[in-house]
Amino acid sequence: MLPVNYYLILSAVVFAIGVIGVLIRRNLIVVLMSIELMLNAVNLTFIAFSRYLGSMVGQVAVFFVMAVAAAEAVIGLAIIISVYRQRRSLDPQDMQLLKW
Amino acid sequence: MVTNQLVLADYNLLRWIPLIPLLAVVFNLFWGRALGKKFAGALACAAVGASFALALYVFWQLPSNGIFRDSIYTWIDSGSFRVNLSFQVDALTAVMLLIVTGIGFLIHIYSLGYMEHDEGMVRFFIYLNLFIFFMLTLVTGDNLLILFVGWEGVGLCSYLLIGFWYHDSNNAIAGNKAFIVNRIGDFGFILGIFLLVTELGRQGIWTLDFLELQKHASMLSPASIGVITLLLFVGATGKSAQLPLFVWLPDAMAGPTPVSALIHAATMVTAGVYMTARLHFLFVLAPSTLSLIAWIGAATAFFAATIALTQNDIKKVLAYSTVSQLGYMFIAVGVGAFSAAIFHLFTHAFFKACLFLGSGSVIHALDGEQDMRKMGGLKAHMPQTYWTYVVATLAIAGAPLTAGFFSKDLILWQAFNHGATALWGIGLITAGMTAFYMFRQLFMVFHGECRADDHAKAHLHESPAVMTLPLMILAFGSIFTGWLGAPEYLWGNRWDLWLQPVFGAAEAHEGSVGTEVIVTLLTLAVVAVGIYFAYAKYGRDGTEVEQRAGAGGLLYRLSLNKYYVDEIYDHVFVRPFTAISDFFARFIDPWVIDGTVNGVAAVTRGSSQVWRGLQTGNVQHYAAGLLVGTLALLAYYFGQS
Amino acid sequence: MDASTFVFFLLAGLLVISSLLVVFLRNVVHCAMALVAALLIIAIFFITLHAPMVGILQVMVYAGAIMVLFLFVIMFLNPSVLERPRAAWWSFASLLAVLLGAMLVSLFFNNEPAADPVASTELFGSPEMLAKSLFNDFVLPFEIASVLLLVAIVGAVVLAKRERSV
Repeated sequence: MLPVNYYLILSAVVFAIGVIGVLIRRNLIVVLMSIELMLNAVNLTFIAFSRYLGSMVGQVAVFFVMAVAAAEAVIGLAIIISVYRQRRSLDPQDMQLLKW
Repeated sequence: MVTNQLVLADYNLLRWIPLIPLLAVVFNLFWGRALGKKFAGALACAAVGASFALALYVFWQLPSNGIFRDSIYTWIDSGSFRVNLSFQVDALTAVMLLIVTGIGFLIHIYSLGYMEHDEGMVRFFIYLNLFIFFMLTLVTGDNLLILFVGWEGVGLCSYLLIGFWYHDSNNAIAGNKAFIVNRIGDFGFILGIFLLVTELGRQGIWTLDFLELQKHASMLSPASIGVITLLLFVGATGKSAQLPLFVWLPDAMAGPTPVSALIHAATMVTAGVYMTARLHFLFVLAPSTLSLIAWIGAATAFFAATIALTQNDIKKVLAYSTVSQLGYMFIAVGVGAFSAAIFHLFTHAFFKACLFLGSGSVIHALDGEQDMRKMGGLKAHMPQTYWTYVVATLAIAGAPLTAGFFSKDLILWQAFNHGATALWGIGLITAGMTAFYMFRQLFMVFHGECRADDHAKAHLHESPAVMTLPLMILAFGSIFTGWLGAPEYLWGNRWDLWLQPVFGAAEAHEGSVGTEVIVTLLTLAVVAVGIYFAYAKYGRDGTEVEQRAGAGGLLYRLSLNKYYVDEIYDHVFVRPFTAISDFFARFIDPWVIDGTVNGVAAVTRGSSQVWRGLQTGNVQHYAAGLLVGTLALLAYYFGQS
Repeated sequence: MDASTFVFFLLAGLLVISSLLVVFLRNVVHCAMALVAALLIIAIFFITLHAPMVGILQVMVYAGAIMVLFLFVIMFLNPSVLERPRAAWWSFASLLAVLLGAMLVSLFFNNEPAADPVASTELFGSPEMLAKSLFNDFVLPFEIASVLLLVAIVGAVVLAKRERSV
């Protein structure tokens, strides 16, 4: 079997790419998708460790992460919809009302 | 000197002597007004009367070499420094207790009549009782700090009572002046206390108890004792109205006459003398300070007497007379004759209180007139007042066999005996002046024809019994209290014997009886000369009284205007000080103080302007912030491993 | 290099490429498609890692439901104007992210190679094992998670409702 490091490094790379997406993109939906990417990278880590330690806890964790990610995506999208109705835009730079 | 025979005993009764007047104060404060003036006044008198009874009882019980102590609780307990709230009565304190409560009681009774028509009578009795409380604390305190508490307290009551009729702002100003000048003296006093504590502490003794101080006083270096005693004496000059801090006492006559009698004649102003007597063991170790005290006492006595010669206000004459007599007491202290000083304090309390109360009676009869040029011929209308006044005047002048004769002569004799001939000479001349101005007052007020306004003449009446009875008791005391301190060739000095355990046997009369008699005769001669001149100028029928205040030669005007001392002080001290305060109020306060405080706020605001830039409102920026934090944490753990 | 390693690297490369596509494509729908691809590849990884149940769940829930929801919303909102140009990939924020990645990677490089995986039973990762773990040890989080989903539904409905102007 492959050493676990390979999976960890892979998930670190995917995680970093997700972070880039959150910080750079100017479309809220893509930002949300990048967040999902980050969550999945973490899931990969969990499963890798679950395999290498022989414990089901990792998989249970992934189960819950998925449930929560689903809930979070739902709410996030609902928020995006209502914000779009107000501001007619999906650009985070157009939503700076809470500035100093 | 503490002899081996001193017997110390605990005595829980002592605390009630100051406490009963204090309870009366509290009671009158809350319910006095509701219960009415008469009741409040009677309660106040009863309280002081009870204290007097207790003082008598304690005096009766006290063995001549004994000390009673009543320790209430430990007030300050810091390391090895302890100060207790505790009272002590020895021979000296017993005498002071009797004076304060006895004369206080008589003056309270007098005030029932004098203040009868005054709106603020309840307030008056509250203040007066409070004063008694503080004065009793002062004389019974067993350590210097309790004495100081009483010292400050009587200063406060003096202020309250001088400015009693505060609707006239001049009275309030006089009260202020008294308090502020006293504070200047107290500043010296408290520096002296600090120095005493630290200097003794350097030797390992941390205490302010009188008994302990007496035991360890010789451990101090002469230089430090000199400074300490000097500073303590500064306090005494303030409280006892000596040069240069006497200026408040004449102005204090703005208060009601019973106040002048009690506080500014019999008791409070004597606190300085009491304090030096209490700490005699320290002063004895500082001969230079003692000599300074004697000279200041003599100078004050002379100086004040010269001012009293020309004054036209009946109370001002008595005020300057008080300053002068206090000078005598300090002469006695200065030559080391502490017992004589206390003796003069004792007799002076009687005749001065009698004089003040008598003057109060006159003022009361003339419906508020205080200018002697508008009096005269009152002898016929106020016989009781007149005769008691005569007795008291004879006493203060030093007529033979009166109290003043014995006490003043004792001081002059002691001064002569200790070789201070110059001081004796000054004292002698002052005695002559004293006789002159007192008899001048007597003649101007009571003899000749009545120069009062018609309105006052119509009002003229002898005072009620509640006022004349204390006068008679005090007049009686003005004669017979002096008999306690007669010289050896008469029937011996019981007074010195009583105070011997406190002051030691150092007051042995060294001179011969013959010299003493000669000195006494000289004094009597000078007094007689003074009385004769007064009679010649004012006593004969048909004499003219100087009507215009501006007339007369330079010396006369200097004396009448009290040598312009107040004006000099105003120019030299008060105005520069006010100017500095003004500067501080106008510039330092708004610019520096407010500037600093506002500056702090401005700096905060300014720096926040910088930092608020972090709140851009852009979520992605906030996410970047999170990232920075995460990186920092990671770097930390990275470094750890 | 044996077959499993080769497969791993192939799939890893594809995963990285599709994540980069998610982040750098301009059209939102294209991004969504790339994300679906990434999710599916991860599902394959799950299966190779002896977690078949979770892998199937990944396909069903993540790729199947959540991404469909995303596509619904994209089409619902129909952003006609393409978004304004994003910041360059070398901007400060993304450099921070790169730094993060580098740190994590080096963290994982530095450790000793892990021991061989624990020998597992055939049942490992199966629905039975998952269910046993879930309903015995983690039953409380399970219940809370269902409440959470309920809350999410209600919240979404409330948030996305059109304002009724009365």
